[in-house]
Amino acid sequence: MNLQALITASINRSVTNVFSTMLGVELGPGIPSVEHTTPEANDGVMSFIGVAGSWAGTGSVSCSPALARRICSEMLMSHTTSMNEDVLDTLAELTNMIIGNVKTELEQEVGPLGLSIPTVVFGRNFRTKSAGTSEWIVLRFPWEDEVLLVKVCLAPQEKPARARSHMPGQIGAPAV
Amino acid sequence: MDSDVLVVDDSAAIRKILQRVLRQTGMAIRAVYEAGDGEEALTVLDTHKVDLVLSDINMPRMDGLQLLASLKAAEQWRHIPVVMITTEGGEAKVGEAVRLGAAGYVRKPFTADQIKEKLVGILEPAIPL
Repeated sequence: MNLQALITASINRSVTNVFSTMLGVELGPGIPSVEHTTPEANDGVMSFIGVAGSWAGTGSVSCSPALARRICSEMLMSHTTSMNEDVLDTLAELTNMIIGNVKTELEQEVGPLGLSIPTVVFGRNFRTKSAGTSEWIVLRFPWEDEVLLVKVCLAPQEKPARARSHMPGQIGAPAV
Repeated sequence: MDSDVLVVDDSAAIRKILQRVLRQTGMAIRAVYEAGDGEEALTVLDTHKVDLVLSDINMPRMDGLQLLASLKAAEQWRHIPVVMITTEGGEAKVGEAVRLGAAGYVRKPFTADQIKEKLVGILEPAIPL
């Protein structure tokens, strides 16, 4: 199995497991694609986590504010109507669990990897770019009338222990 | 005897979930204290006696492995069981936690039953079910 297929399968397993266990929601498999272009401007909530080691890059989870609030309400079992700290924190933890489980599976193929602390962006008309990497493995998970987007970009590193930025490189426009 | 538990995680969401899950275990838990990282946990432990620590591994400032090492190196805290609750499933981090003296670990995502199962194994003599 090549790494792209492995990552795709791993994301599917991780997302369905996290949603089933933490939210009691059974999601179907994600719709996979590979994106090479500069990302379009985004609206909504996007959570990033850096991956470092022999392979390095970024994993992200993004969705609309409405879906983020719903995820928060399901996870915390408390109704949430505004984009408050709980919502952003829940998205960060969701990303930590999804990408963390992908990381654990990938370690069997590429060796030990490290994870950063998640960062969450919420706003309108913002762009993100991960420095040095242009190919993203993308899975879209439909949930009723919303979509959860999970992206991973990973590339081999010449010097595994070298310190470099693995977090989202730039944010083109400030979050509102 | 009712037990006091310290939950250490930089995610407030996970701390809230664990608060709820601990109350659902049916065990005699008196208080659940919270800390956002290892340093905060040590501050809580300075002023509160706890019977169990549930700790994340990846946290800012002082992570869970550093906290575990600090607890096992301190005469007054080394007896406290520490269960790691983490996304880290790799041998490196889990092995390090076991080497440092962790009483066990639970992978995120977790179910209430997985948490309960781990607590029963550790606190059974102190917590009548």
